[in-house]
Order: sequence, then C-alpha cells, then structure tokens
Amino acid sequence: MVRDYAARSREIIRDEPGVREAVTGATIAFDEKRRKGYAEVDADAWRRWAEGVKNHTLTHLDHYLTEAEARLQANGAQVHWAADAAEAREIVIGLATRRAVASVVKGKSMVTEEIDLNPALEEAGIEVIETDLGEYVLQLLEEPPSHILGPALHKSLRQVQDLFAERLNTAPDGDPDTLARAAREVLRNAFIDADMGITGANFLVAETGTVALIENEGNIRLTTSLPRVHVAVVGIEKLLPRMTDLAGFLQLTARAATGQPIGCFVSLIQGPAAEPGDDGPEEVHVVLVDNGRTDVLAHEHAWEALRCVRCGACLNACPVYRQTGGHAYGHVYSGPIGSVLDPGLLGLHDAMPLPFASSLCGACEDACPVRIPIPELLLEWRKEAQDEGLTPWKERAALAGLASVATRPGLYRLAGRIGSRLGARGAGRALPMLGEWARDRALPKPSPRTFRQLWRKGIE
Amino acid sequence: MKVAFFVTCLADHYFADAAADAVRLLRHLGCEVGFPPGQTCCGQPAYNAGRTREALRMAEHTLDVLAGADAVVLPSGSCATMVKKFYPRLAGEGVSRATALSERTWDLAEFIVRRLGVTRLGDGLSGRRVAVHQGCHALRELRLETEPATLLEGAGAEVVPWDAQEECCGFGGLFSVKMTAVSAAMADRKLETLPDVDWVVSGDGGCVLHLDGRSRARGDAIEFVHLATALWRGVN
Repeated sequence: MVRDYAARSREIIRDEPGVREAVTGATIAFDEKRRKGYAEVDADAWRRWAEGVKNHTLTHLDHYLTEAEARLQANGAQVHWAADAAEAREIVIGLATRRAVASVVKGKSMVTEEIDLNPALEEAGIEVIETDLGEYVLQLLEEPPSHILGPALHKSLRQVQDLFAERLNTAPDGDPDTLARAAREVLRNAFIDADMGITGANFLVAETGTVALIENEGNIRLTTSLPRVHVAVVGIEKLLPRMTDLAGFLQLTARAATGQPIGCFVSLIQGPAAEPGDDGPEEVHVVLVDNGRTDVLAHEHAWEALRCVRCGACLNACPVYRQTGGHAYGHVYSGPIGSVLDPGLLGLHDAMPLPFASSLCGACEDACPVRIPIPELLLEWRKEAQDEGLTPWKERAALAGLASVATRPGLYRLAGRIGSRLGARGAGRALPMLGEWARDRALPKPSPRTFRQLWRKGIE
Repeated sequence: MKVAFFVTCLADHYFADAAADAVRLLRHLGCEVGFPPGQTCCGQPAYNAGRTREALRMAEHTLDVLAGADAVVLPSGSCATMVKKFYPRLAGEGVSRATALSERTWDLAEFIVRRLGVTRLGDGLSGRRVAVHQGCHALRELRLETEPATLLEGAGAEVVPWDAQEECCGFGGLFSVKMTAVSAAMADRKLETLPDVDWVVSGDGGCVLHLDGRSRARGDAIEFVHLATALWRGVN
C-alpha cells in the first residue's frame, strides 16, 4: 500500500489547513489560465491531434526508440538503457564516478524523483542541488514535490519567507522578487561549480535525436549548458516521431500547464559541443528509463495513461487534489493521473486505494491535453481491485447484497422501508456506511412517505 | 407523450415530494406519466465501485422493467447518465437493447428543454435568488451546461453566479463514505463560496444529501431545494 490515503488526507485537512488553502488557490489560478489558453485556439482539434500522435508513437515505440538511439549517437550523445529504477541510478552514479563529479545541479524532473536519484547520489558522496525555485525550497525543507509543475505550490509565501530568512538571511518580509534573487545568488554559484547537470525531458524527438525541455526560470538552460556533463533521464514514453510533432506539443503542453502560448525557455539539445571550446557540455548522456512503463503499455486499458505529457492540468482541475495537494497520495505521481499511472507502475496492490481516491467528476478528462479518459481508467483499476479482492469485504458484501435486493422488486421495497425507518430514528449510525457518512455530516432525513406510497395514494 | 417515470432510490426515499413534483410538472407539460412498478436501483453504486457483475445484473433488471417505455425520465442527472451512457458500456450481449433505451432516456431538465422544447414555465419564482449546483454527470456526461439555469430563469428566478458552480461537491456515491474527510472538504469549498441566495437548487439528490448534511453539521442555515420542486413552484 502506498500509504493510507484516507487517513493521510484526513490528517492534512485537519492538521495543516494552510495546505488546502494554498493548493486550492494555486490550482484554481492555473486552471483558469489553462481554460484561457485553450479558448484562444481550437483546443479540441489540437487535443485530438495530440492524442493521435501519441497513440501512433506508443504503438510503434520499439521503432521510434531505435531511431532515437541511432540519431542521438550520430549527434555524439551516449545512450543508456535502464530497465528499472536501480539500473537507472547505477548508470547515473557510474557516469558521475567516472568523471570524478563532486557536485551536481538538477533541473526539475519527475522521473528522477520516481527513481529516487537524489538520495543515491548523496550516498555516493556527491552534492546535489535542485535549481528549480520550487524544488530548491523543497530540498531545503527535505520534502518531496507535491505537484508535477509547481512542486512547492502547497507552501504559502509566509513559509518560504521564514525558510529563506533562516537559511539565506533574507528580510523576514521579503517579497517574492527578493526571495527569488536570494535563491538565484546561491544557484548561480552552484551552476558555475557543478561538474554535472541532470535533467529530465519533456520530449525526445526520434527523427533528430533532440531532447526538448520546457521551463520558465532559465535554470534548465544553465543546467544543460554550463557543467561539463549533461545527463537527461528520460521515460521511454516521452518520444515524438518528428520535429513537426514537437512544434505542436510544445505549444499544447504550455497551454495545458500554464495557459502560455509557449514556455519562456525551450531548450533543444542535439548533443555535446562539437569542438573543444564550443558552447555546451563535453558529454551528453540520455538514460532511457522503463521502470514499469512496458507493463503499463501491455495493459489492456492503462496504456492510454502513457500519453501523459506531465503538464499537471488534471491536478489543477481536480477538486479532490485541491483539498490535500500531492502528499496525501504517497507516490511521486499524484492527483488524477497519478491514480491511473501508479497502479501500472507500482502494481495495483501497492497503489491501493488510489483508484478510489476520486469522485469520478470528470474535470480531469476535460482538461487533459492528450485526452486520457481518466475516469474510465480509474473504473478499470477499480474492477481489477474488486476481482483481486483488494477492497474491504464489507463493501463487496454490501454491493452484492444491493444487487440481490435490487433484482427482486418486492424485497427492494421492503428493504427501502426498513432502511428509511432506521435512518429516521438515527439508528443508521450503527450501519457501517452511514457511520462513516456521519463522521463529517448530519444524517439524511428520509421522506415521511416514499414516492411509491405517494404514487399509490395518487399524486394530485 | 407517454413517459415512464424512473424515480431512483434516493428520490424515492429522501426526495419523495420532489419526485411527486416532477410528476406534476411532466403532467402539466402534457405528458401521460406512468410508473413501472418493478423498478429498483439503476446499479450505479456497483458500477462506480468496479463491481461489474452486480452492476450488470441491476442494469438487466432495469432494462427489463423499462423495455416497453416510449420515453424514460429520471429526476437525477447521475442516474440518467447511468442508464444513458454507462449501460451501453456495460451491457455486453445486451448492448443493442441498452443503446435503444439510451436514446429514449432523459434527465428531467434535459427532457423539458431538449425533448419538449420548453424553457418558459411561469413566473412562480420571481423575486427568488437561487444558486445552481450542477451535478458532475449532468454537466460533463450529459453536457447540461445551461438547461437547469435556463429553466429556473424561465420560471422567474434570478440565478446568482457561484464561483464553484461547476465543481464537484464531493458526493461521488461510495467516495463519500470511503474518503470521508476529502469528500467533506470538497463540500466545504462549495459552501464557503456560496453567494447570498434563498435556495441552492440541484437536479441531483445525492449531491443535495451530501451538501445539506455537511452544511447542517457546520451549523449553516442553507435551504436546499430539488430542481423538480423549484420548477413546479415556478409553474404556479
């Protein structure tokens, strides 16, 4: 089990009310920008196009992976294949050790969180500095990211002011610009001192062997250009066939994420510096990570989740996510997309009860730039959880009971009357489901007469 | 027009008067309303929980009960969605029967606006300020984005904009008892952003039970009214 989502979410809501406030405010702001960004273009047509490109790529993944590897090598980059998280960590640490790397700067990357790279690097005696401002804040706080795009959006300005006052000696009421400047001073030196830069990738273009990275802060540009060695850790689902596909995806992803027409910085990395003295790192490495993705691809339904471009739009649209932020989910991928990806990546047993952490409202599906049918996929995981006996037996018994009663109209009427009477007397609290209901709500008031009784009497 | 009324479990037991108002409203609009007596639960609790076999048994029962109906109207966007959208996904061998029923099945507001073409009911709600809670299935599956508000305005009400109008209230059936704290926090968000109104109106009883239960636990004094009742009052 990832963690007890129900208990953890209750704790966050009860003990850290600032999280709900910060996350709700930030996600609603992001979601409004996304809506505006979509409204400026024919978003439905873009999304259908993007869905088609991703489906094509995923169904020919072997072909495009082979093409990408050949192009990357022709560009002078070195390609490494990692079957799982342990192999990916070994590869990166091996590269760092071989080049006697003492210090690493990192761009924000979900896949390096997924493979737990930072602790492994630190254990190998290598200093790691996160250079995305939100990630930097979280590194100081020793917390995992809570959102794909805004890793620290669950923090209030006050919390960052206090943290920076203590650690960077900023004024206690420093405005966001002052705080960003203070972080930048630390990070500029880190870029200059670092021997290796590690990033993820938004896309990998097979046709040209291009690693594409979108950002707004400029830290990824520095991470990929200043250190001697650049390592891009890339999930195998990040492929796009052609450069023209990338042009569309850069725009659609930015609109979905922040409503921007395009990210402030787009880095297209074609390989290392051609000649000594040219701009760019001496070595570029691309680590292609599977870590459960081929299992997801082989799944009858869940494969659609591999279209995900990690824009965070579904998290921003999700009223469930807004109450707690990402930490309640207990895995690096949280929110709606996490609840459909995690069972595939971790195994359903280990991801329980995430497929049930949704009211199935459908806001995520409307927001998704690649039209992942998240509610349907959640239902598919729920079916598997039921078939494998991973849900509470009382719940299964109750639903089996409902079906038995509901297929016998006479019994159904009797059960309805008994249920209403019990409810009217407040005895319903003793029933397992109503007991949970009553934890946070007043009990429902049954009608004095059922509709059936009114109908028999005659409705005037 | 002949209409088979499918009352739904929650309306039968918790919104009996609203369901009766739906019948009055349909008759007022010229429909001959029948009540197929064998009807029970549409099966949505089992469907949403991933208990496909149980959901299918209930769907088949409902398909039998509604087999002869010309048009089926439900006072619930969510249960209407179950019959209209989810039965065809579930039905397997009975898919043609489910698809045929799907085309004849309507949520109450959907039926009045889209099938009967009525948007003006009367002026019984004039002077009344209402906020509309849109159930997620009605909104995102049936795409009833404007119908409930159109009908309320068509009965004289002032529909007051609500920041969280399109946000899920947190009911979600089993979700409300499995993930209680999150579900309640979602209701809080709706209640915290509610404008000053006389009524909160919704076409889904489940949402109302949850929102009303939460608001009473918080000590709010908010009056929740089922859409069927609001519209029937609008006629008079």
